[in-house]
This record gives sequence, C-alpha cells and structure tokens, in this order.
Amino acid sequence: MAGASAAASFAEMGFKVKAFCYQDSPRRAHSIAAQGGINAAKNYPNDGDSVYRLFYDTIKGGDYRAREANVYRLAEVSNSIIDQCVAQGVPFAREYGGLLANRSFGGALVSRTFYARGQTGQQLLLGAYSALSRQIGLKNVEMHTRCEMMDLVMIDGRCRGIVTRDLLTGEISSHFGHCVVLATGGYGNVYFLSTNAMGSNGSAAMKAYRKGAYFANPCMVQIHPTYIPQHGDFQSKLTLMSESLRNDGRIWVPKKKEDAEKLRKGQIKASDIKDEDRYFYLEERYPAFGNLVPRDVASRNAKERCDAGFGVNSTGNAVFLDFKYAIERLGKDVVEQRYGNLFQMYQKITDTDPYKEPMMIYPAIHYTMGGLWVDYELSTTVPGLFAAGEANFSDHGANRLGASALMQGLADGYFVLPYTVQEYLADQFNVPRINPKENDAFKKAEDDVKAYIKKLMDVKGDESVDSFHKRLGHIMWNNVGMARTKESLETAIKQIQELRAEFWKKVHIPGKADELNNELEKANRVADFLELGELIARDALHRNESCGGHFREESQDNGEAKRDDANFMYVGAWEYKGENQEPELHKEDLNYQFIKVQTRNYKTGK
Amino acid sequence: MSENKGLNLTLKVWRQKDRHSKGQFKEYKVENISTEASFLEMVDILNEQLINTNDPDGPVAFDHDCREGICGMCSLFINGRAHGPDDAITTCQLHMRKFKDGDTITIEPWRSGGFPVIKDLMVDRSAYDKIMQAGGFVSVSTGGVPDANAIPIPKADADEAMDAAACIGCGACAATCKNGSAMLFVSAKVSQLALLPQGKVEAAKRAKAMVAKMDELGFGNCTNTGACELECPKQVSISHIARLNREFLKANIKD
Amino acid sequence: MKGFFKSSIGKKLIMSISGLFLILFLLFHLCMNAVVLFSECTYNSVCAFLGSNWYAVAGTVILAAGFLVHIVYAFVLTIQNRKARGTDRYDSQNLPKEVEFASKNMLVLGIIIFCGLITHFGQFWAKMMFADLIGCEEAESLSTNGAYWINYYFHECGALSIVLTVVYLIWFAALWLHLNHGFWSAFHTVGLSNKTWIPRLKCIAKWFSTIVCLGFAVIVIYAACGGIKVPQGCCKDKQAVECQQSTQTPCQQESNK
Repeated sequence: MAGASAAASFAEMGFKVKAFCYQDSPRRAHSIAAQGGINAAKNYPNDGDSVYRLFYDTIKGGDYRAREANVYRLAEVSNSIIDQCVAQGVPFAREYGGLLANRSFGGALVSRTFYARGQTGQQLLLGAYSALSRQIGLKNVEMHTRCEMMDLVMIDGRCRGIVTRDLLTGEISSHFGHCVVLATGGYGNVYFLSTNAMGSNGSAAMKAYRKGAYFANPCMVQIHPTYIPQHGDFQSKLTLMSESLRNDGRIWVPKKKEDAEKLRKGQIKASDIKDEDRYFYLEERYPAFGNLVPRDVASRNAKERCDAGFGVNSTGNAVFLDFKYAIERLGKDVVEQRYGNLFQMYQKITDTDPYKEPMMIYPAIHYTMGGLWVDYELSTTVPGLFAAGEANFSDHGANRLGASALMQGLADGYFVLPYTVQEYLADQFNVPRINPKENDAFKKAEDDVKAYIKKLMDVKGDESVDSFHKRLGHIMWNNVGMARTKESLETAIKQIQELRAEFWKKVHIPGKADELNNELEKANRVADFLELGELIARDALHRNESCGGHFREESQDNGEAKRDDANFMYVGAWEYKGENQEPELHKEDLNYQFIKVQTRNYKTGK
Repeated sequence: MSENKGLNLTLKVWRQKDRHSKGQFKEYKVENISTEASFLEMVDILNEQLINTNDPDGPVAFDHDCREGICGMCSLFINGRAHGPDDAITTCQLHMRKFKDGDTITIEPWRSGGFPVIKDLMVDRSAYDKIMQAGGFVSVSTGGVPDANAIPIPKADADEAMDAAACIGCGACAATCKNGSAMLFVSAKVSQLALLPQGKVEAAKRAKAMVAKMDELGFGNCTNTGACELECPKQVSISHIARLNREFLKANIKD
Repeated sequence: MKGFFKSSIGKKLIMSISGLFLILFLLFHLCMNAVVLFSECTYNSVCAFLGSNWYAVAGTVILAAGFLVHIVYAFVLTIQNRKARGTDRYDSQNLPKEVEFASKNMLVLGIIIFCGLITHFGQFWAKMMFADLIGCEEAESLSTNGAYWINYYFHECGALSIVLTVVYLIWFAALWLHLNHGFWSAFHTVGLSNKTWIPRLKCIAKWFSTIVCLGFAVIVIYAACGGIKVPQGCCKDKQAVECQQSTQTPCQQESNK
C-alpha cells in the first residue's frame, strides 16, 4: 500500500515510475488484510483528540523506542490521509447525518479510528491501487507484476536500480532508476506461522541490508493475542479474530490442571466447567484494564498459562474467550449484532458454535516494528534507497498501536516520500538515464543474481523448502517468541546457523530456474529468512531489557515488563559485515524533548 | 474437540505446462487429511508429496497469498463450483470437513476467454487490472483535496458503495458466468464510485471507458443469469449491474 | 451515442427493448384472442378490423422487424459469449440451484418458440392476413373468420388437432420460461432495477408470464374441447370454404374423404 500510494504520487508529480510486485496485481498486497481501521487526529467526535495526543499515544504505545520527529510528522499528516482517501472514493463508515463515523480502537481513550466495515485495509489499499491504476493507464507508471526484486544495483555508492526475476518465465532483468523505494512489508513470516500472506517476505530488505542498508530493531515483533489456534503441523497460516472481541468476551483457563487435561483429550467440554473452576487471569491480574490490556500483555499472559499446563485445545496451546457472560448480560441479539460476522468466520474455520462453546484463541506473530533503518527523510543508509511502510522501522518503536499501520503506510506513500525523494533528486538532474544493457554494474549485478540462483538450484538435496521454513519457524517461536532469555536466544542463534548450513547442503528445489518455479521463489525467501532470523535473535540478545513486543525474562518486575531506559533508549541498527560475520551494531540515541518518558502500568490504570 | 479420522481422497487435478500447451487431468491420491485442514493446505500436502516423489510434472502451480479470504489471489474451480462447494467464501477459506472420506475432488483452473491459463491451476487475470486502469478511479491527485467531512454522504449510499467495494477481484464472476462476462466486477467499481459524490463527477466517462475496455478484452455479454452473484465470495449483488447499465445508458444519451 | 450499439451493454439493450416490445405484442395478442372465449362473433369482428388494413400491415412489418432484431442479436450475442467462454470447457460445473433454468437456456427456448411461431404462421397468418394480401378472393370471408380457424385446427382435424394442441401447450411452456427470465431481465438491462426491485420484478415476471401463457393455453384447450362455435351469421359464403379446400392442407383432404 505504501508502494502503490508512493508510485501514484510520484507519477502525478511528473516522474516516470517503474513499480514491481510479486503478486499478480498490485491490488493484492497484504495491507488488504488489515481489518480494524486507520487513526487520524481529526477530533470529529469532540473528545479532546489532537495531533499532539495522537503523537503522544503513538510514542507511549511504542514504549518510547520510536523517533519523536517521525512520529510527530505522522500524526500531523494523519488528517490529510483521511481527506485524500475520501476524495478517492473510499467508502468509510458514516453516521446517519452523512458525516464520517469514528470508533475507539486498540485501547485508545479517544475515538479516532476511521473504518470501512471490517475491511479498512482493503478499501485503503484499493484507493491507492486505483490512483496507481490511473497512472498506469496514463503511462506514467510501468507496472511489473509477478516480479521479484533480487538485488540492488549500486553505482558510485548510490543505489541506481534493481535486478528482478520474472516469476513466470524466470527471466532475470535489471531496471534503472534515479532512486529506489522499497515498500516490501514486514518479515513476520520468519516464524513460518503468522498472519502474513504466504508470499510476504523479508528478502528485499535483506538484499538491501547486504548492500549496506542498516537493519533497525529487528527484534521488535508484535504478537497479537486473538488468533484462532493452530490445529496441526500442516497448517500454513493463522487467522486473526479482531481484537474488538475482547471488549465483551472474557478470557479464562481452567483452574484445575486435571480439567485442562480432560479438555485436551476431548473428554469434557468447556461449558462443563463451573464458573468457580475458571480462572479469569487477566481480570484478576489487571483489575483496571481486565481483558482489555494491550496486545503484548494479553499475549504473554496467555503463553504463561499455557506453559504452566493450563492450556486447552488438543495441542494445549489455547485459552478460552467466552461470550457466555456477554450473552447473559446483553442478550444473544446484541452480541450477534456486534460480532456476528466474526462468529460466523470462527465457525467456518473451526466448526464450533461460539454462541454455545467459548472460542479458543492463542497469540501469533502479526506485525514487525523493526525494519530498514531510515532517517527523517525515509532514506536508508544507502544513498538513493528509501524504505516505506512496514519495511522501515520508523514510527512504531517497540510496539504498534491498533489502526496505525495503515496510517503509517499511507503517510509514507502520499505525504512523506513525495517530498523527501524530490529533495534527494534535486541534485540528480544531470545524471543521465543508464541503459542497463550497456552498463557493467548492471551486468555484474545480473550475473551475481544468476550465480546465486544457480547456487540454490545446484544444492539438489532431499529436503523441501517448506520443511526448512517450518523448522526455522519452530526455532524462532520457541526461542525468540513472546518471552526470550539469554539462553534461548543463544540457542536460537546456534540452531539457526546450523539450519542455514544444512539448508545450503540439503535443500531440494525441483524444476528449472528459467520457468515458473514456486519452490525456487520460496527457497530464495527462506534463505533470507535464515539470515534474518539470526539477526532478530542477535538483536534480541543484545537488548537486555523488556520493552513493547520484546520481552526478556531477565528484565521484569513481578511478571511485568521492565524497561531499561538508562541503557537501551536507542535504536539498534545493524550493519552487514559479510557472510557469516557478526554484524556491527550502531546506536541512534532517542532524545525525547516534547514527551515525558513514563512507565506503562496496566495494573492500576495509570 | 473430538478425534477426527483422516480423509483419503482422490484428486483429479488439471495439469498444463504453460499457456500454449494442451492440458489434461491427472489423478493423485492423498491420505489421512485432517478435516481441520483448509483446502489449500490439502493442496500443500499434495505438493510436498509431489516434490518428495520427484513427480515429473512437479508441484501443482496455483495462486494463493493471504489465505484469509481478502486478497483475491486464490481461484480454483472445485467440483464444478468457483471457490468450491460452499457459499460466500474463497477457496482459501474452504475446509476439508466439507468433503467425505473416499471422495474424488475435481480441481480445475478458472476457464474463461478473459483468463488464459498460465500453468496448471494458475490463470492470468491481468485483464481486470486493465479494466481498472481504463477508468476505475476518481481522478484526484495526492494533496489539495477538501476536508473529509466537507461533503456529507447519506449513510445508505455509503453502505451500498461499500457493498460494491467489497469486491476482491478474484475473477469468480467471469469464471462462473456461462458467457464469460466480467459485468459483476466492472459494475462493482462503477456502482461504488457512482454512488459517492466524489465519483459522480466523472461517472459517465468512467462507465464508458470501463465498458469499452471490458468489451475490447473479449469478455462476454451479461445475460442476467445471476450465477456470478451466487458464486461471489463477497456476495456482490447484481443490482450493481443494473446501476452500471443505467450509468452507461445515461452516459451515452448525454452525448 | 457513437459506438453505443456496438458495446455489449448496447447490444443487450437492443435485446431488452425488442423483447419488451414483443412482450407488449403478446399482451395485445392475448387480449384479442381472449375475446373468442366470450363471443365468437365479436372476435371475428376484431379479426376483420385487423384484417389487411394498412395499419395492421404496418404493425405487422414493425413487429416482424422486432422479431428479426431480437433473433439476430440473440445469435450475435450467443456467438460472442461462446467465444468469451474460451476454448476449454469445465469438466464439471454445478451451478447453484438458484440459477434459473430459463436464464441458462434462453437461446434454446427462443428457438423452440420460433419453431412454434412458424407453425402458428402457417396455420393462421397465412390463412388470414396473408391470404387477404395476395388476394385469394374466395378466401376473403374466411380470412377474417378467426373463430373458424381456431375451431378448425384444434377441434376438427381429428388426431392432428390433438397433436396440435399438445404442440401448442409445449410452445406455451417454452414461452412461459422464456418470459419468466426475459421479463425481469429486460428491465434489469435497461437499468430499471435495484436490490428492492429485483425480487419484485421477478415476481411480476412470474405473474405476467403465467397469465399470458395460461391465457393462451385456456383458449387452445377450450377450442380443443370444441368450445368454439363458428358463428353462422358471420360466415355466410360456403364457396369460401371450398376455396379454402382447394388450397389443400393434408388434413383437409382427409376430412373431405
């Protein structure tokens, strides 16, 4: 979405743009799956919202690990995004008076979220896609679909283009540009199971990283508490149930271990357990916020209960989200009105009726706050290379608030890059266009990519790509998941290194390189994940504090995350130092001038 | 959750090497598939099997991405129905409990003149993008737009526009239509934007441009069978086709 | 309007407008025929009124043009649609049962209706308006004697009458199906339809097609049961009958023997 909006905006300004995506159409980018909404400081409901307040909430929500200036700009342009989208014909929800409707979302105390049913991401993406389509029609944008970026082309220290692989024909070609923008999304799929699309990957970011772009805060990964739990090894994907369910559902696990065991074996049903035998752990532990504690807190507590042996579902990795009480209190009709479509979705997937039996939920990887390091101009450390949207690290710090991913993606695309890229290009006017076919740097980059692909194809092992990916996911989830320790992270680094070595010896890719080859595409992505996974673990290991989505068991206070501002109030940006070399850490100190740094406390509600 | 016995299934899958080759059905057996699995996970298992046995045709190529029913990438014509034997879902939301042990499942690609097969079950839907490029937008550039609340829009109109905008561009409509018509897709966009004051300004131009492109790309003529609406995973209504007809007529009468 | 009639929607519009025109004609035809149920004599005067006057002939020409357009475009659209479907067919296709049978088979139904129409023309139009036009003088009085012909074909031709009755009933059934879909579909194509009106139009279509087809069927069955008495007063000239006999329809020859 950040990419589509940026490409459209550039083209409108008169630039000739080449855009690339791996899907069969830019309309399929994974921004489409965002459900909840998009924040803006419009203050339409007159509840005291302001640019400052949105800025403040975003910084605080990010646990004081985001850069103040970027976030302030984000809050400032948030209003323009809504204006822009409405003008594009995005059908936001409206009140009977014809004005835009707002709701409160993700624990915000003001109603600043604009939404289009449960499909806000889809509508905003399609808005950007339509703007892009207009420019493609006008021939200002040359769109390349089913095309994967394989490498950057560097000339005299500047990024001057990319090498791509056509996913249908396997053809390697390169494209020149005065500058390159990466809007390639997050890398949640390192964990194999996540809510990301199957094709979402961190490869473009990793290729940039290897060319000298710093990778910032890779360990900041957000885990969302309300997913439909995993049901088997063959599972490919986790499905999100909207966070809004926690408004009326009560989360519990059995008090007695033997009840949990019987549940796992299917001997009793959840409804057989009496109220006094149910442990509503969030309500008891966090009386002020109860079931509405932030995502990271809810997730960690669910894991803690499951690890202690109270988990339900056949796998033991799930907790109950019960609507029995809401139905008693509000009546079935009201519950159906509020959550009908979600209940229907749940029933389609699990075949159990949430009106009768409680839902089962479990946390899962959702969003990656980390990404390519960028400055205020969204420029990476490689001149001429910009990163936008989830691919950069800039605005969410250690934890992202609900409904702000869409805001950031569109802010970058519509209102930040069009300014900053122009600034960069100001002294590039005299640089003539380069014909990739006649340039040695481009030829070399192409040859490198071809050699790399050959290397992958030549392994000719006997283990499938998915199998490696699953094994990597397993290591990541168990050791670099919701709760991390020094030992687990060290284990992870070691295991990932071993797995990577094994991958390059044993991976099996059928077919040929010069044709449509799904397995080759996946292998290329998994190869990058295998490095990225290690980088995540390394970053998590060095950051010996708990903040936002990153929780180190060593750094806690009665089970609550303990931030260490004295030692870790910085952005950790990693520089690539070569294959199998330890990357170098650079620190960007965070100085908060307009916000008082506080501790988040959800026990008392302060 | 009760113990589930795995399903043993015979799959009749369309295999086609590339755009120009002639395709054919091949039969494969998969065993012990959990009823909890999704349909595409079952295909994943088949593919793992084909990879491990070094099948000469290789794994089955099929489009898929988000696997939560919103990106519109997955297609597949399963047992004679677009997105399989259930209503209002995409293929990726279909679960194996809809099938019985011993079933033979026929899996075909979308077949429509507008969607040539690329390989196996993968089809080329770029025609839909081209239709969008012809006029599926409001011609506003970034910046310089009025405040979002400057133009009130009746809730009913906004809701109906949203009904149309829910289209995910998967192509099930044209794939199902006996006439290979893309009218439901085109009408969804025309209708959405015609309902909103922002889009009304160029409604006439849009309707003409999009219909012209649709015809040029060789999609068929709508005969109001309504099959598209019934197979649409987002249940986009054919009432939008009526609005498209109206808009198109209006646009042509004007000049 | 440039290029309008070349566009898919333009072509569909022609189908729907010509269809609606034919629907109107059917209604008119039914009203006219229904008169015979109440008074054969009045019916014959209606026949006489329509006879071969210039306005009736003009109407017929317009009507024929309507049919022609409807038929030609039906084929044009079908050919295009088959092309749009692509070369490969689905191995199996189970459309949801809510998809109307008629909607999928409009062309087939149309062809059945057309065949019925030819029969109908040979029986009535050729003997009445056409006979009048070519000036078969002896036929003059019979050419406006609609009641005679109805009674003749459906009652007096023995076994052939039964066959004809059945053929007509099949024809009406096809017409019923065709109208069922055609009626609401025509409104839909013109754009006069929305979420509220689709079910209403479908309902009206059912009622309309049922009334029309049932009306015709009642007339045919009534005639087959011998309910229609050829009014003597309006059919004085016996020579006319002889003239008709000389045109020699097979059943006539048989009945003469």
